[in-house]
Amino acid sequence: MSAGSAVPAGPLPTAPVRRVPRLRLRGGWAGFAVRRAGGLLMSMLLLVLVTFLIVPLLPGDPARAIAGTNSSPATLAAIRERLGLDEPLATRFVHYLGDIASGRLGTSFRFDTPVADIVATRLPYTVQLVIPAVLLSLVIAVPLGMAVGVLTRDGRRRRLGVGFGTVAGLLASAPVYVVATLLIVLFSISLGLLPSGGATTPSALVLPIAALCIGPAFAIARVVRQETASVLAQDYMRTARGHRLGSVRLHLRHALPNLVTSVLTLSGLVLTSLLGGTIILENVFTYPGLGTEVVQAIIYKDYPVIQGIILVVGMLALLVNLLVDVVLGIVDPRTLEGGRRGH
Amino acid sequence: MATDATVRRWRRNPSLLSGAVILGLLLVVALVAPLLLSGSAETLTDDARLGPGAEHLLGTDAFGRDVLARALVATRLTLLMAAAATAASFVVGVAIGALVHLAPGWLRETCLRLIDSAVAFPSLVLALVIAAVLGPGTVSAIVAIAVAGVPGFARLTANLAATVADKDYVLTARLLGVPGLRILGRHVLPNISGPLLVLLSSSFTLSLLDISSLSFVGLGVQNPQYDWGRLLNEALPSIFAQPSVVLAPSIMLIVTGVGAMLLGDGVASLVDPRTRGTAPAPAKTADAAGLAAPAQDGAAQAPLASGGAGAAAGTEQDGLLTVAGLTVRAGDRTLVDDVSFTIGPGQIVGLVGESGSGKSTIAMAVAGLLPEGVRANASRLALGDLDLLGTPPERRLATEIGIVYQDPIGTFNPALRLGTQLTEVARVHLGTPRRQAAQDMVRSLADIHVTEPDRRLRQHPHELSGGMLQRASIASAMTTNPRLLIADEPTTALDVTVQAEVLRQFRRINREHGTAMLFISHDIGVVGVLCDTVLVLHGGRVVDRTTGGDLRRGTVTHPYTRALLAATPAAVEAGGTLSAVRWTADAHAAQPSGAPSDDLSDKAADRPPAAEGSR
Repeated sequence: MSAGSAVPAGPLPTAPVRRVPRLRLRGGWAGFAVRRAGGLLMSMLLLVLVTFLIVPLLPGDPARAIAGTNSSPATLAAIRERLGLDEPLATRFVHYLGDIASGRLGTSFRFDTPVADIVATRLPYTVQLVIPAVLLSLVIAVPLGMAVGVLTRDGRRRRLGVGFGTVAGLLASAPVYVVATLLIVLFSISLGLLPSGGATTPSALVLPIAALCIGPAFAIARVVRQETASVLAQDYMRTARGHRLGSVRLHLRHALPNLVTSVLTLSGLVLTSLLGGTIILENVFTYPGLGTEVVQAIIYKDYPVIQGIILVVGMLALLVNLLVDVVLGIVDPRTLEGGRRGH
Repeated sequence: MATDATVRRWRRNPSLLSGAVILGLLLVVALVAPLLLSGSAETLTDDARLGPGAEHLLGTDAFGRDVLARALVATRLTLLMAAAATAASFVVGVAIGALVHLAPGWLRETCLRLIDSAVAFPSLVLALVIAAVLGPGTVSAIVAIAVAGVPGFARLTANLAATVADKDYVLTARLLGVPGLRILGRHVLPNISGPLLVLLSSSFTLSLLDISSLSFVGLGVQNPQYDWGRLLNEALPSIFAQPSVVLAPSIMLIVTGVGAMLLGDGVASLVDPRTRGTAPAPAKTADAAGLAAPAQDGAAQAPLASGGAGAAAGTEQDGLLTVAGLTVRAGDRTLVDDVSFTIGPGQIVGLVGESGSGKSTIAMAVAGLLPEGVRANASRLALGDLDLLGTPPERRLATEIGIVYQDPIGTFNPALRLGTQLTEVARVHLGTPRRQAAQDMVRSLADIHVTEPDRRLRQHPHELSGGMLQRASIASAMTTNPRLLIADEPTTALDVTVQAEVLRQFRRINREHGTAMLFISHDIGVVGVLCDTVLVLHGGRVVDRTTGGDLRRGTVTHPYTRALLAATPAAVEAGGTLSAVRWTADAHAAQPSGAPSDDLSDKAADRPPAAEGSR
């Protein structure tokens, strides 16, 4: 492969200098931590910058945009004073950074309470939807996708394959708010089994969580099935068959670990989008989480609340990504060496 | 021809077809519905809140407007908004992703990092930021979703462009002084259009559903305009009084989602070369070509000599492995045709032949590891008292037949530690305790000159070299002290110095343990050095039986074997001229057996190595 023999011993002055490979730390985790910390910092900075830009980007005079067109000069001046709109942009950004670093997210225009308090009361509600939904989607997706993948391998059981493809495709592509609405019609209105809103009883969580995880579960199941099929065709699976293993050991010990990487990589994407879905979904159930609050804040132009909630939701997304990468590193150490493995 | 192929592709691609039909219908609805149904969709009447009925299929809303008509009329606005947002993200995203590669190094790195960071967030977060800046409204929703879609396109384009930018044709163009923008337009973008197209179709759906979700929560389309999201939003407050109102927009959204998903799947399989071919690959494990070059002048041409099928010279009566009349078929193709041989205890039998001659298939048939859809028949196939044709006990199969495969890297499970894999047969089938099995394996690895054997067991396959892995897999195959060792091209994937070491190990095992071996190779030199008896295969048949000694001395008589021998570089260095092999199995062609007996040049033309040796 290498054309080394054709190259003369001494480096030619015109020859392109081969770049020295970047510093490589020994021990996968150290390198991973360094690289990941850099990326995380970058993402956080981007997030902070984007939320900061909301106010300066408001069309026309930000103070007027905030206070409304018919506001008195005194009100406008007060708003300018409060948000520091008269200072240069860079100074404001530095102040903003400092505030966030020390946990000050500003004060809500509407409620005149600290945004941090609002976030603190709303966040637990959102989290208690997201975490069960994430776990449930994986718990449904992996066994289901694998079972179908094994049963339909090499073009067996064509009808099952087509049936699963259709149903899973339908459920995976239905938007979360439509699923939620239909679930309410079915379970709250027609059957009267479950509450259609609020968060006062545990049963009120059932429909939101179900609506949240149905889409991701089947989206991931589709991928698991596809990956199962491709893993079963690999040479190492022939080796494992050569070891004459039982079906359970063959599939769980030899096939499953090879699915985990690609499934988790995809799950990271699906699960962060699940976070976005929560924001919309909460509005269907008038659920007292971050999503309902941020939509109200946008409608009432409560900018500090918008900034605070978007910051927190963004951080949650980064956390999910980091978690996925760490789990990936544990189950598949190869992923520590570069970014995630593409397929 | 191109249109023919297109038609066939569409027909073989039901998801593409049905997806296109669904979206096509939606397009028709979007064009026609506002012309025909605006009246019933927008005129206020006294027939408020009617249930589903003959006049209003899905009933009417609070203002007496037909619910179904409104959902159909809303198709136009919904599709238009989604199309606008997708087009904007596509153009901006692809421009950013492509232009990034023209930027100087530091700027490029920064931009790529930024794009990567942006993709980490759910698209809705960015959309909410834009919605917050612009306030609720139709245009604001479109812009929000368009901006939210940009990072996805930018990253895909940047990644794809990076892989294409290293290709030779791009480098050539660059060296020729073609300007950067032109290289992007002419060489890079056309070559990455496939995946972009897939993303485009999935992005359209996402945009549609996301814009609808903004309308749904009241941040998008405002009264009196309406899209599906807005309709759902208006239906929600009265959902208890009139649940049927949510049906129409819900169905439209779901149908669109399904249509776009089907189209996306279809486009993906159209673009993905992996799913294009449908012919199942038989038991081939990528024989390295290059043994026999296609026909040229002066090649040996001779009819089949004496050594045909059936028990002939070189086989022993009291065989350990008996193969009699083995025929392997994949569908109506005959891969192996009436092959018989025996291997005595301690004997090494070699199968030699070029790619596609059926030698690996014979090995896998003996091991009982033929892939799905490939069937083996024989009058007898037995290892001692173990009948390999029936369903022999798994435990005996696992412990009495050891197998070493061609590609050591592909053979090992990348996700499992070596120790787990190497000791598996001993643990599962012999019940050896884990610690004991590991200790045994450390000793075997040391025997076979694997350095630091105890550390190796804790490593994953990707941490070892190919030669190291192959020696480990030999050690693993020998753990149960099998009666027969099948080695399927065990040295092909290794470089020459490692090959010699691995061959030495096979000989040592044979000497020390007296293990019988079935050794498969395309390298007639290797086979000659190692094997007692050698079967030369061509087109799934045995064309010659000879011995390792005869091969080494060059005293073979059959013209095909002679030609194979003459084509090995070693023979050339010894002072001959390199002659290409051309040998036609005239004798086979005369038999109406359906055996593949085409001559070499035909084979080379029919089946390019890439199509054959995939996997």
